[in-house]
Amino acid sequence: MPKIESIKKVLVIGSGPIVIGQAAEFDYAGTQACRSLKEEGIEVVLVNSNPATIMTDKDIADEVYIEPLTVEALKQIILKEKPDSILPTLGGQAGLNLAMEIAETGFLEEHNVKLIGTTALTIKKAEDRLMFKETMEKIGEPCAPSLVVNNVEDGEAFAAKIGYPVVLRPAYTLGGSGGGIANNVQELREILENGLRLSRVGEVLVERCIAGWKEIEYEVMRDSNGTCITICNMENIDPVGVHTGDSIVVAPSQTLSDKEYQMLRTSALRIIDELGITGGCNVQYALHPDSFEYCVIEVNPRVSRSSALASKATGYPIAKVAAKIALGYTLDEIKNAVTGKTYASFEPALDYCVVKIPRLPFDKFISAKRTLTTQMKATGEVMSISDNFEGGLMKAIRSLEQHVDSLMSYDFTGLTDEELLEELAIVDDRRIWKIAEGLRRHISAAKMHDITKIDLWFIDKLQIIVDMENALKRGPLTESLLREAKRIEFPDNVIGDLTGHTEREIKELRDQYNIHASFKMVDTCAAEFAATTPYYYSVYGSENEAIETKDKKKVLVLGSGPIRIGQGIEFDFCSVHCTWAFKKEGFETIIINNNPETVSTDFDIADKLYFEPLTAEDVESIVEFEKPDGAVVQFGGQTAIKLTEALMKMGVPILGTKAEDVDAAEDRELFDEILEQTQIPRAKGQTVFTVEEALKAANELGYPVLVRPSYVLGGQGMQIAVSDEDVVEFMNIINRIKQDHPILVDKYLMGKEIEVDAVCDGQDILIPGIMEHIERAGIHSGDSISVYPAKSISPKIVDMIEDYTGRLARALHVKGMINIQFIVYNDQVYVIEVNPRSSRTVPYISKVTGIPIVKLATQVIIGKTIKELGYEPGLQKAADYYAIKMPVFSFEKIRGADISLGPEMKSTGECLGISKSFDEALYKAFEGAGIRLPKHKQIIMTLADKDKQDGIDIAQRFEALGYKIYASRGTAKVLKENGVHAIQVNKIGQEAPTLLDLILEHKIDLVIDTPESGIERAKDGFLIRRYAIETGVHCLTSLDTAHALISSLEHAFNNQELSIVDIAKIDNRGNN
Amino acid sequence: MKAFLILEDGTVFEGTSIGSTREVISEIVFNTSMTGYLEVLTDPSYAGQAVTMTYPLIGNYGVCYKDMESEKAWPDGYIVRELSRMASNFRNEDPIQKFLLDNDIPGICGIDTRALTKILREKGTMNGMITTNENYNLDEVLPKIKEYSVKGVVRKVTCKEKYVLPGKGPKVALMDFGAKKNIARSLNNRGCEVTVYPAYTKAEEILATNPDGIMLSNGPGDPKECVEIIEEIKKLYNSNVPIFAICLGHQLMALATGADTHRLKYGHRGANHPVKDLKTGKCYISSQNHGYVVDESTLDSKVAVPAFENVNDKTNEGLEYVGKNIFTVQFHPEACAGPQDTAYLFDRFMDMMKKED
Repeated sequence: MPKIESIKKVLVIGSGPIVIGQAAEFDYAGTQACRSLKEEGIEVVLVNSNPATIMTDKDIADEVYIEPLTVEALKQIILKEKPDSILPTLGGQAGLNLAMEIAETGFLEEHNVKLIGTTALTIKKAEDRLMFKETMEKIGEPCAPSLVVNNVEDGEAFAAKIGYPVVLRPAYTLGGSGGGIANNVQELREILENGLRLSRVGEVLVERCIAGWKEIEYEVMRDSNGTCITICNMENIDPVGVHTGDSIVVAPSQTLSDKEYQMLRTSALRIIDELGITGGCNVQYALHPDSFEYCVIEVNPRVSRSSALASKATGYPIAKVAAKIALGYTLDEIKNAVTGKTYASFEPALDYCVVKIPRLPFDKFISAKRTLTTQMKATGEVMSISDNFEGGLMKAIRSLEQHVDSLMSYDFTGLTDEELLEELAIVDDRRIWKIAEGLRRHISAAKMHDITKIDLWFIDKLQIIVDMENALKRGPLTESLLREAKRIEFPDNVIGDLTGHTEREIKELRDQYNIHASFKMVDTCAAEFAATTPYYYSVYGSENEAIETKDKKKVLVLGSGPIRIGQGIEFDFCSVHCTWAFKKEGFETIIINNNPETVSTDFDIADKLYFEPLTAEDVESIVEFEKPDGAVVQFGGQTAIKLTEALMKMGVPILGTKAEDVDAAEDRELFDEILEQTQIPRAKGQTVFTVEEALKAANELGYPVLVRPSYVLGGQGMQIAVSDEDVVEFMNIINRIKQDHPILVDKYLMGKEIEVDAVCDGQDILIPGIMEHIERAGIHSGDSISVYPAKSISPKIVDMIEDYTGRLARALHVKGMINIQFIVYNDQVYVIEVNPRSSRTVPYISKVTGIPIVKLATQVIIGKTIKELGYEPGLQKAADYYAIKMPVFSFEKIRGADISLGPEMKSTGECLGISKSFDEALYKAFEGAGIRLPKHKQIIMTLADKDKQDGIDIAQRFEALGYKIYASRGTAKVLKENGVHAIQVNKIGQEAPTLLDLILEHKIDLVIDTPESGIERAKDGFLIRRYAIETGVHCLTSLDTAHALISSLEHAFNNQELSIVDIAKIDNRGNN
Repeated sequence: MKAFLILEDGTVFEGTSIGSTREVISEIVFNTSMTGYLEVLTDPSYAGQAVTMTYPLIGNYGVCYKDMESEKAWPDGYIVRELSRMASNFRNEDPIQKFLLDNDIPGICGIDTRALTKILREKGTMNGMITTNENYNLDEVLPKIKEYSVKGVVRKVTCKEKYVLPGKGPKVALMDFGAKKNIARSLNNRGCEVTVYPAYTKAEEILATNPDGIMLSNGPGDPKECVEIIEEIKKLYNSNVPIFAICLGHQLMALATGADTHRLKYGHRGANHPVKDLKTGKCYISSQNHGYVVDESTLDSKVAVPAFENVNDKTNEGLEYVGKNIFTVQFHPEACAGPQDTAYLFDRFMDMMKKED
C-alpha cells in the first residue's frame, strides 16, 4: 500500500527530560523517525521539552518547539502549526500519555488532527489494564491472574484469594514507577497506597507473582495490511522479578527450544494483530522454566528501550520503519537499509550473541538500596556483541565504566559460604559476581540456581569464565591458553594480573603469537546477503571482514558510553554533531561507542561504527586496524577524555586542544600556574592525599570548604564540609576507591555561579552566551537552574567574564571547546573550574542562540578560524528572550537516596523553558520538569536556621497566592513573627499529626526543606524529603529554587495564555 | 581432535571434530535459523548435504527426541561455530554431542562459520569434505570433492512401506519424498486420516483408495532427478483429487505440468524468509529449505499462476493451478523449525477437500 497522500504535516511528540525509565532511546527513535518522515517529503513539527536531544535540532525537524509536554502547550502548537497528524508512539510513555490526554479532550477531532501509526483505541487496549486483560482473554492469551483495584481494601481481598507473593503494577506510569512485589499484607498496603497515588488514573493491577520464571521479550512490527514480523527476541538472565531495564539481557534467547520460541512468537504476533498495532510493539512474557506455561506480562504499543536495543542488536531500524508504516507503507515496500537489496518484511537472523547490562546509579547514591525490583533504577545501559556469550558478557562488563573488568571485580572473598549464599538471595546488581565467587568455592551450580533462578546455562557460562581465571592463575600462559582467554574476551590487564605480567607484556605476547581482534559485520541476515552498512564488532579467532579504507583522512570520534548521572545524552549530541561536521569537511568518520540507546550508535551516523567497549585495549585494536589520522576526544565527556593518554601512546594524534593542555586544566598545580600567568583569581585551595593533610588544609583555609577528587565528572564525591568531622567522613568516602590523583580542598565561596561555553581557535574566542545559575554556588551546575542570558550581573562583570574566558582559553591553547564555571562573589569574578572540552550545556546553548557550537568547534579543530567561519569573535549579542534550563531528578525511583542538592550531581535530565518573559520561561521550565502547581494549595516549609530569614519572603508570596503553609516549630515561629499565617506541625516522633502524616495524607503540593549544612545528621529532614518524593510530592531543598518557583507561579496566576517559540527559526544572532 | 573442512575451491577451515570422526564428502549448505537445530538435523531434505548453522551457539537446550522431524538425522555432516557443553531446558534428554555420535554424523566446530557462509554466498553452494586426517593431500582430495553430486536421495529418505495415521476426518494420501513429521501431524491435528506412501508408489494405487486429498511432501535433491515420480504426479494432476504440495512436491508438480526448475546460487535455508501472498499483498515469515526453484518464466498461465513470491529475491514461492483444485508452495507451512505463520494453509487444504464433497 503506498503512502497516504493526505498526510503532509506531522507533529512528533518527544519524551521530555531524561529520567530513569525514559532515557536516550527516545531521542534515538525520534531522530530516526523524523529523518524517515522527512525523507518522504513530510513537514515535521517537533515538540520535546528536552534541549539536550538531537531530535530538537533544526536539521531534524522543520519546526521545533522545546516546550513543556503539557496539553496546554500542545494545544498552542497545534493551533499555530495546524498539523494534519500526530505520531504519538515515539516519545515513550510520556509522549503516549500526552497524546492520549489530548485525544480524550476532543481537541484533536475538533481541529481535524489524526493520530497516525497507532490509534487511541489500540493504545487504550494495550495500556489500560482491564481492557488489556479482556483483549487477551478474548484471544486466549494467558495473563497472570490479576485484578485492577482502585483502593487498598480490594487489593487486600484479591491478594488473599490468589495468595502471596503478589505483584503490583500501577497503570500509566513509566519504568514501572510505584510497582513492586508484596510478600505479605503489610508490604501490600505500603506499595499499593503509593502505586494508587502515582498512577495517572488511580489504578493498580494486583497479580499472581510469577517471579523466578524466565523473562522473554519479543520486538514485533505490524503494518496496515496485517503483515506481522518479529525483529528480535531477548532473554533476561535475571528472571521475572527484576525490571527488564535493570536485567542483564541477551539476544537472541539462549535457553528456548524452537517449540518455546515459536510458541511465544506466534503469541506475540496474534496479540499485535488483535490490538491492530501499526508500527512497532514490545511484548513481554514470563515463561515457566519447567513447562510450556506462559503469561503475557505487558505490551508496549510503541517504540521503547527494548526496541532501541533490538534495533542495535539486529541492525533493523525499528523507528525508521515504524514511521514509514505510519505513513501507510507496508513492510514489503520498505527497503532494508542495511542490505539495500532486501525488504523490511523479513526477520533478522543473528550470527552473534548480544549482551546488555544496565548502568545502575548506586555509585552516586551511596545510601540507596542496591536491590533490584520491578521498579527500574538504571540510568542507562551498555551493549556488546560477540560470537560467544562469555565474550559478550566480558565486553559488556568492561563497557560499564564502573571499575569492573572481570568477574573478580567485586570482592566477596571475605564472606563465609553461608554469608555468600545469603548475599546471593539478595537480588541486586552484583549477582553474577556473587555466583562467580560461589563457583570459585565449588558451591554447586544447582544450589545457586535454586536461589537465584538464573538458568543453569548462564551459570555454566560463568563457570567457563571462572575456569579460565583458574587456568590463567595456574599457568603456564601458553599460546593456546592465551588464544582461548582472548576468545572469551579476557582483557589484557586481567590476564596480566592473573599471570603476573603487565598489561603491556600480554599485548606483546599477543603480537608475538599474532592474536588480534578481528571485526565482523552486523548485517541483519547472518551473511546471507551482502550488506553495505559498516557496523562492526570485534571477535578473536576469526577472519577480519572490516573493509580497509584509505582514500580519505580518517578521524576517530570517541563516544561517551552509558548514560549515567553526570554524563548524559548531551555528550551524544556533541559526538554526533562532531561526526557530521567532520563528514562535511571530507573526513571519513569512525565512531566507537557501546550505548545502544543513542543516536551515535545508529548505523548511518558515521562512515563506520564500532560497537565496542571504550577501554584503551579495545580502542587500540580498532586503531591498529583503521590507523586513523587523528582522534577527537573533547566531545565524548570524561569517557573520551580518559582515553587521551592511551591514544597518544598508540601514536594517534589528538585533534584540537592538546592532551598536556587538558592536563593543565585538571592538574591543580599546573592550573595554578595558568591562573597566576593570566592573573585570574580563584578560591584558595590545596591538594591533599591523606585525611590529615585534608584537615590541615581545611583549617588553614577556614570552613566551609569544598572537598573533591580531581578528574571526576558530575562532581562525583564532591562535598561541602563545615567541620573537621565532615572532612574526615568525606575523605574516607572518596578514598574507598583508590585515587590516582590528589584530592582538592578549596575555600567555599557562596556567590552567584556563572557558566560559559566557548569556542577558541587558538587566537580568537567565540562566546555564544553567558549562563547564570539560580541556585548559589555549592549546588552542582548540572543540578542548578540555568538562565540564558545571564540576568543579574552588571556589564562590568560581563566584560570580566568575557575577558577571563579569552585569557584562559588562550593560555590553555584551546582549539575547540572550552567550558568555564565562575563565581561572582562581592563583585569579583573567581574561576571554579575549567574544562577544555564540550559540556552539558552545549546543546542547550547552541539551540537557544542558533549558533552551531559543535560544528564550529569541529571546523576550528581542523584549522579554520572563527573569523573565516563568518563570526565576529567575542561574546555574541544576547537573544531577545530567556531560555531557562531546569534539572530533572528521578529520586522517586531510587529508594533511600538523599535528595538534598549539593556539589555532587544528582539530576538525570533537564528541560527548557523559553519565553520573552523571564517569569514565563521559568513557569514553562517548571511545568516541563513536571512541577505543576497548584493542586491542594498547601505547602510545608522546614528551614535550616541560616535560611529562616530568607524564607519569609517566599512564605508571604505563597500565602498571597492562597496557599496554606505548614511549618516545623522553629520555621513556623519565624514566619508567624513576620505576619505569615503558618500552621505549626509536630516533628516526626511527636504526637500526631506530624509533618509525615500531612505528607502521607496527600494534601500537600510542595515541601521546601533546606538541610542543615554538612552531612545530614537530623534524620527528620532526610525522612521528610524521602517520604515527600516517594509519595509524589515535590520537594525543594534550596531557597533559590523556591524563589524561582514562586515567581513562576505568580506569573501563571496573572497570565492565562501560554506563548510558544519555534526554535528552528532562531538565527545565529539569537532573534526569532 | 582436530578436524578440517576442505571446500572444493581449496579453502580449508581448521576446527575441532564433533560427532563421528569418519570422513565425508558432501554438498555444503548453510541454515540461518537461530533455534531448531534438532528439527534441521532430522529434516530429510538435508539428505546428501552437510549443514552449516550460521547461529554460533548450538546445543544450548539439548535434545528432546519428541522434536525430531523424522526417525533419524539426515545430513552428511554438521558444521557449527560452538557446541554448548551445557544443555539446559526442562525437556532436555541428551546433549547434542551424544545425538551426533548416536546418529554417526561427522562434524566440525570452532570454525568461522560466518566466513564460510560468505564464501557460499559469493561462490554459490559447493562441495566439501570433513575429515580428521591431518595429513590430507589437497591435490588428491580436491578432485574427489568436486566429483560429488547429490544423487538418489529421495529413494534414501522415503518410507519403505505405506502406513496409516488414523483420524476421523478426510482421508489424505501423503506422498513421502522425505516428509517432515509435522506435515502428517498438521493434518492429523485437523482430524485427517493420513496414509503415508513411499515416494515410488504408483498413482493408480493411491487413486484407487479414493482419497479426499493428496499431499505431496518436501524432500531432498534435484527435482528433475525424480523422473518416475513426475510421471505418477501427472496422473494425480489429471485426477480431480485436491492436491496440496510443499517444497519438492511443489517443484515436482510444476515439472509434471510442463514448467521448469533451476538451481539457486545458494538456496534458501532458514526460518526468516518473507513470502508474499499475491492475492492479499500480506507477507508471512516462512521456514524454508530449498536449493531449487520453479522458474516462473516457464509457467503456462493456462496451467498455473504464481500465488506467492519471495519478497527478497522475487522467486516463486507458490502456485495455484488453473481450473484445478491444486495448490502448491515452495516454503514450509509445517514450520519446525521456524514460524507457524502459514499453518493456515493446512486449513485451506481442508477447505479444498470439503468442496469436493
